[in-house]
Amino acid sequence: MNTPGSPKGEYRTAQHEGNPVTRPRSLNIAVMALGGQGGGVLVDWLVALAERAGWTAQATSVAGVAQRTGATVYYLEIVEPTPGREPVMALMAVPGDVDVLIAAELMEAGRALERGLITPDRTTVIASSHRTYATQEKVVPGNGLADSAAVLGLVREASRHLIIHDMQALALSHGSVISASLFGALAGSGALPFPLADFEAVVEASGVGVKASLKALRAAALLAVDAPGAAPLSLPADPMLTAPRPLPERAAAPALQPLLDRIRARFPRAAWPWLGEGLARVVDWQDAAYGAEYLDRVAPFAARSEAVVIEAARWVAVAMSYDDVIRVADLKTRAERAARVRAEVNAGADDVVGTEEYFHPRLEEALGVLPRRWADRLDESPHLKAWLAPRLDRGRRIHTHTLRGHLQLRLVAGLRRFRRGNRRHAEETAHLQAWLTDAAQTPDDALAAEMLRCRRLVKGYSDTHARGSSRFDRLMQAALEMRGQPDAAQRLAALRDGLLRDANA
Amino acid sequence: MAERSFAREVRQLTVPAGTEFHGEGILAVTKALLEAGVGYVTGYQGAPISHLMDVLADAQPILNELGVYFEPAASEAAAAAALSASVNYPVRGAVTWKSTVGTNVASDALANLASGGVRGGALIIVGEDYGEGSSIMQERTHAFAMKSQMWLLDPKPHLPSIVKAVHDGFALSEATNTPVMLELRIRSCHLHGKFITRENRRPAFSLKDALENPQRDGSRIVLPPAAFMHEREKAEHRWPAAVKYIVDHQLNEFVDGELDHIGIVMLGGLTNNVQRALKLLDMSDLFGTSRVPQYILNVAYPLVEDEVVRFCEGKKAVLVIEEGQPDYHEQHINTILRRRGVGTAVHGKDLLPMGGDYTVAVLRKGIRGFLERHHPAAFAKPVTVAMPKPPAVSALLPPRPPGLCTGCPERPIFSAFKLAERELGTHHVSSDIGCHLFSSMPPFHIGSTTMGYGLGASSASAFNAGGQLGAGKRAVAFMGDGGFWHNGLTSGIANAVFNRHDNVFVIVDNNYSAATGGQDIPSSRVDNPNRSTSHAIESAVRGVGVEWVRTITRTYDVAAMRAALQEAMSTPFKGPKVVIAQSECMLNRQRREKPLAAKAVAAGERVLKERFGVDAAVCSGDHACMRLSGCPSLTLAPSGDALKPDPVAQVDDSCVACGHCGEVADAAVLCPSFYKTHKVQNPGSGERWRARWRQKLVGWLQARQQRERATRALYPS
Repeated sequence: MNTPGSPKGEYRTAQHEGNPVTRPRSLNIAVMALGGQGGGVLVDWLVALAERAGWTAQATSVAGVAQRTGATVYYLEIVEPTPGREPVMALMAVPGDVDVLIAAELMEAGRALERGLITPDRTTVIASSHRTYATQEKVVPGNGLADSAAVLGLVREASRHLIIHDMQALALSHGSVISASLFGALAGSGALPFPLADFEAVVEASGVGVKASLKALRAAALLAVDAPGAAPLSLPADPMLTAPRPLPERAAAPALQPLLDRIRARFPRAAWPWLGEGLARVVDWQDAAYGAEYLDRVAPFAARSEAVVIEAARWVAVAMSYDDVIRVADLKTRAERAARVRAEVNAGADDVVGTEEYFHPRLEEALGVLPRRWADRLDESPHLKAWLAPRLDRGRRIHTHTLRGHLQLRLVAGLRRFRRGNRRHAEETAHLQAWLTDAAQTPDDALAAEMLRCRRLVKGYSDTHARGSSRFDRLMQAALEMRGQPDAAQRLAALRDGLLRDANA
Repeated sequence: MAERSFAREVRQLTVPAGTEFHGEGILAVTKALLEAGVGYVTGYQGAPISHLMDVLADAQPILNELGVYFEPAASEAAAAAALSASVNYPVRGAVTWKSTVGTNVASDALANLASGGVRGGALIIVGEDYGEGSSIMQERTHAFAMKSQMWLLDPKPHLPSIVKAVHDGFALSEATNTPVMLELRIRSCHLHGKFITRENRRPAFSLKDALENPQRDGSRIVLPPAAFMHEREKAEHRWPAAVKYIVDHQLNEFVDGELDHIGIVMLGGLTNNVQRALKLLDMSDLFGTSRVPQYILNVAYPLVEDEVVRFCEGKKAVLVIEEGQPDYHEQHINTILRRRGVGTAVHGKDLLPMGGDYTVAVLRKGIRGFLERHHPAAFAKPVTVAMPKPPAVSALLPPRPPGLCTGCPERPIFSAFKLAERELGTHHVSSDIGCHLFSSMPPFHIGSTTMGYGLGASSASAFNAGGQLGAGKRAVAFMGDGGFWHNGLTSGIANAVFNRHDNVFVIVDNNYSAATGGQDIPSSRVDNPNRSTSHAIESAVRGVGVEWVRTITRTYDVAAMRAALQEAMSTPFKGPKVVIAQSECMLNRQRREKPLAAKAVAAGERVLKERFGVDAAVCSGDHACMRLSGCPSLTLAPSGDALKPDPVAQVDDSCVACGHCGEVADAAVLCPSFYKTHKVQNPGSGERWRARWRQKLVGWLQARQQRERATRALYPS
């Protein structure tokens, strides 16, 4: 069995981009995918691709419990024809010994890097830039997302050649699945010595969803061919942030023009976009007079540092437009909302579409929309409350596509005109005033800005709102105690970020 | 009906002799069984051997034609006991399961089987779930083979070798009257490769003959004095017969190499990765032409003393490569060499780790250490090994443990349990094996122990002390329907009745043995032409004496689920409280219903297409819904509102409209952002007319609202 004279039955031939090509040519390919992404299909295609060219292919995977949404690693080796001799191939990817790494999700590309499967001397990386968020990222009460831009940077640095694109969206846009676009990008990358026609033939032979898969494959292949010339994909530092719109030249509704003029006249330019967003929010929530009230509330901060004005512009608007049943009913009955819902189910103009809302208002919410005096009366009558509670505090399903359901919600939304007199409004306004007074009376600009930012914790409905408010109150208490200390702002910011990361804190 | 269809694979089972068979390792084994003339096959599904069971279940007509009997056993113990058919009759039988968990369960039957010995070939195919990707405790099957004296085959991860091991296994079993274990690691089971087929063979001896002409041999029954005789037989007859067979048929392999002062002794199953490690050290080529001599143990047990001596004699040192601990081979080889006065040094666990996967990187390090010590010339010039830099990326990556699928009916059970705990405080929870064990992962964090399949209920036994000690809370035990029928009915529920347990038992009844791939079980509510199904779990638990039973027939009703759990946890009733939570596994349901729905749509029938959604403007970005759900289709998106910096919830296109997110939002009084949308495919003309009018009226109202809002708009729309 031994080849005399040579411990290795291999010889080196022509140089290829500085790397010697060893014979027989063999390529090691690892595929990182999530359960349910069709990684197995991609591997089957790769095996078929190699075998139709007469190459020897060996593939294996470790699914284990990962078949249920976890991460799965597939590994295959392909070797050019070696008549009469059978290559012995490894069953797992070896760090530093991978020619092609395919990752069906961005963090999985990062995981391949972590395992040493991407090395600058040889690895071509085909990766999708889209994210499938892990549970750990989703359960955070604030923004718990991993840093995509940083991971992409490290992957790019470690790859010999990187082809990265939102392969998921590309596949979907052609009515196909991500395995097709990844396979196409691989074809276009030139990392395998097989022509595009072979890739297409493999997909054609697989017999399922062929047309759509071929379209996705070709689109991805083109993209990969163009990759070296195209500008490198860059990801935003925080893809979840939405920038404020610039202040419009003229207010769309003439009634708001004086308020717009007032922003321009009385507030620093840096805060204009935020004041515009805030003003739009509160007038939409209530009315133009409420917009004037908003500017009155931000005005005491106008002469402070830019950061303080901006935070006041943002968070006063948020606090003034608290979530209540009136707002929810209004949002759910809007024309643009109905259009969005129809788009979600790909409905045409003639399609029959229905929407069922999941509501569960509690007695508190019902009392909240009553005039203060009435609500206080009810509080004094426990019998009446006990009688009302089970009748009001229960889950309700409202069909907003029906006239009846729509009118029910319009009726609630119409309570807007009585909102200023209701109990909830009184409570919210008192809470808001106390907070603004504390912030205004804090001479330290940095601390005042942080105190304003803490409003981010107060959000949602029912228990969520109660929990957020109590955490907010704790922070305000801490802020007052820290007032006057040199590092108060940083400490308050750290406390707040901690609470935004941990639901149980 | 299993999760995957094997129609294509089944066709390969009947290809003529001489055909090139392409497929994964475990399918090659399935084909080899038919070629070997197996008379009966049984087993218990579980990764990585589920496909063997699934293919045979789908191949029932072929088996009928060949005269091969197949049944999915109730447990691994039941499967092992079935091998008793080969004790008195010359019929070949094969069983399969996941190891070591399945071997643990089967041990009692296996020990009895191995004691009396077999006449027909008995092959135990174990899927060795050890190392990366494993879902169980890290142990090796080797110890079981040794303690009961069953031969253990560990073929090279190479389809022709695996197929050959099946044929060798039966022949070795018959030649030695001993059951033979055939061990396949995860990667070998899922290995894609090819081999040349032989003709399928009808069993040489039919079980019909056995039934019509029964035979018995009292000396095969495990009772004294026969049991003492069996032990002597094992040592005096069966072992020498095995050694003779292994040597005569050259089951182990000797690979020559020019560096004959050293050598490597390794398990067959590790060959490929060892070859790759040698190649990376410039000691071998792609074809396994090695400079280092090798002794490849395709038979891991027993070791053949003469072969060991033949390989080691004259060598300065050998490296023994076997994963896990203890170091059975290293110890035994040391004993053999000392006994025979051979001075070869034996290395193994001094250079290789005691535990964990022997990855190529680990092997390369160990072999390098061995060569540095005994063949330093190999390293005159340093071998450049491209080791990647320590990754700075680790800290950036979110962990991604497995979890419940989109639409899983078990998710609402755990959401409801969390809500019940909000009222009643946290409880001690004993978990079981199955998909429901994902409750221990984020976001639920429910469950403290898992003691084995179907043992969730029994593992809460000691906590029944609560009654005696006046505890204010009860223990709660979870168990799946798979575990329930595996042994939980007797070891868990009947035991709880007998010992007057006051605990709460939640039985997750999703229609299948879901975690292993959706195989049918006695309580499956589907028609299976080959099995008797629809045996209700409620009847079974009432049958063993449980009086307090609540069956929830739609787990997605979180409020009802919570009410049942709360009642069970707080009722003054003394005795076991059983809550049966029923809804079909969503993977299987989708697989069944999707094609039907597509067909109905094509046929012009009225079909509702549903999905859930979240109003981004209403969502607060607190993600409380995710902390109570963890549904993969419930994800995050930018709010689209500069004033809302936190990402909002979004339901992606993978939603199957199970309704869990909406039900949780309602039951936990979270928020009103969730809605369900339906689109009617092929609506009737009346429905169309009504929808048109509705849209007109509602549209008119919406336009009015929009005009009113325009009077307060700052930005142009």
